[in-house]
Amino acid sequence: MTSELDRSAAVEKGAVEKSAQEKSAADPAAGRGFPGAGLVKGLATTFKTMTRPAHTVQYPDQPPELPPRTRGVIALVEENCTVCMLCARECPDWCIYIDSHKETVPAPPGGGRDRTRNVLDRFAIDFSLCMYCGICIEVCPFDALEWSPEFEYAEFDIKDLLHEKDRLREWFFTVPAPVALDPGAEEPKEIAAAQKAADKQLAAQKAAEIVALADAGTDGEAEGEG
Amino acid sequence: MGGAAHWWLEVVLRLVVILGFFLVVPLLVGQMEHKAMAHMQGRLGPMEAGGFHGWAQLIADGVKFAQKEAVVPADADRTVFQLAPAVALLPYLVALVVVPIGPGTQVGVALDLGLFFVLAVMGVGVLGTLMGGWASANKYSLLGGIRTAAQLMAYELPMLLSAASVGMAAGTLSLSGIVDKWQWWWLPWQLIGAFVFFVSGLAELQRPPFDMPVADSEIIFGAYTEYTGLRFAFFLLAEYAGIVLLCLLTTVLFLGGWHGPFSAHLGWLWTVLKTLVLSFVVIWLRVSYPRLREDQLMRFAWTALIPLALAQLAITGVVRVL
Repeated sequence: MTSELDRSAAVEKGAVEKSAQEKSAADPAAGRGFPGAGLVKGLATTFKTMTRPAHTVQYPDQPPELPPRTRGVIALVEENCTVCMLCARECPDWCIYIDSHKETVPAPPGGGRDRTRNVLDRFAIDFSLCMYCGICIEVCPFDALEWSPEFEYAEFDIKDLLHEKDRLREWFFTVPAPVALDPGAEEPKEIAAAQKAADKQLAAQKAAEIVALADAGTDGEAEGEG
Repeated sequence: MGGAAHWWLEVVLRLVVILGFFLVVPLLVGQMEHKAMAHMQGRLGPMEAGGFHGWAQLIADGVKFAQKEAVVPADADRTVFQLAPAVALLPYLVALVVVPIGPGTQVGVALDLGLFFVLAVMGVGVLGTLMGGWASANKYSLLGGIRTAAQLMAYELPMLLSAASVGMAAGTLSLSGIVDKWQWWWLPWQLIGAFVFFVSGLAELQRPPFDMPVADSEIIFGAYTEYTGLRFAFFLLAEYAGIVLLCLLTTVLFLGGWHGPFSAHLGWLWTVLKTLVLSFVVIWLRVSYPRLREDQLMRFAWTALIPLALAQLAITGVVRVL
């Protein structure tokens, strides 16, 4: 009653902001209604929840629905690795171990000199240290590292969490295809650039065609006249 | 000679049925609590034990409790400590003997003072908790025990007053007599009494939202803190047996017991059905409401329930005289 009076007084004064404040202050009391309405509401909420399906998943029997880009484990494509060591150096807790040696590639028959290249001997990630920040994956210039959604690699001994490159390779086969862009999203740079080039080419081609057609037209007209 | 044998057989049979009821229905309510509570919280509850929706979960729990070591604290009062779970559990079994399930002879012992007997015996059940709290030599147990005692004092009075109202309405203290006299219009007539009886029964059983004596965030698990193994399981079983007895009593006193369609043949089914629905309400309340604070608990009993119970008594008296 008093809050209503206050509200009307405030409206009369023309203090719109104040009336809004008063209204919001009076609302909780107004929403409560008759005594015990809140208690009934509580019962209704729990009952409604009971009639709806559960939020939980029976995990071992039913695989979880993981979101795309799940950070499960880090996978490696050995062939893409050039032993540049960027990942090992950027790793905040130094859990990547890389060993390599240099091999000499003999000069091609046409002449030139011998080249050296790095050969990967060992690539291991200690997942007992890894904090799943993903910096190694971001920093890799040749996409040799990827996130895999695989997560079932618990071990009984913490030492067994150090995984070598063959295991990391196995995980690579579980890496899903890149997620489709959201509808209306900006195109990736590469595609936009390629599209621009293609458009340019198409426009040039069209212009050439028009020119050719115009030429043919004038030719025909000339023929007709002639 | 033959008559005596027949009589003994009947007594044994009745007791076996009551014991079976006492052992099965509380487990049923416990399982219902597991599942209903889980679904009310958006979970599934036990799903593994027994295969189909975890139906054997409580049996598995019982086996687990039986395997555990029964520890008695060094400073505990050994005899009282070991006796307490039995004191908590057995009164509910004894009370069950006089509660009628169906019309006529479907009752363990038809006692003329049934209502008086049941309420007296139910009060003894709380004594087990008090004993456990005192004998454990643990400050949390003691606090829990004292809270239990305070709660018993506060809530026993409205419970007795509302039960007295039904006794007054029926003009008898025999439970079968009360149900026999029951008419549908008793439902609105005794509505306040039913509310007071049910709520103070919940408080006496220390069920949420009146579970201050076992408030785990304050006093671990109250009087049961030091209990392990089977003794602990007995306390838990006592809680569920208490729920069953409270719901059964509410059914018999306020909801007309076996009255319902086909009550001549299926009377007992109506009693059990009403009891289970009330048990569901007990679980529902537990899931929906937070725990009352100790002072709120006391204020609710003394300023709300007791005046309501007295008002119900007055209403009953006025209607009876008219």
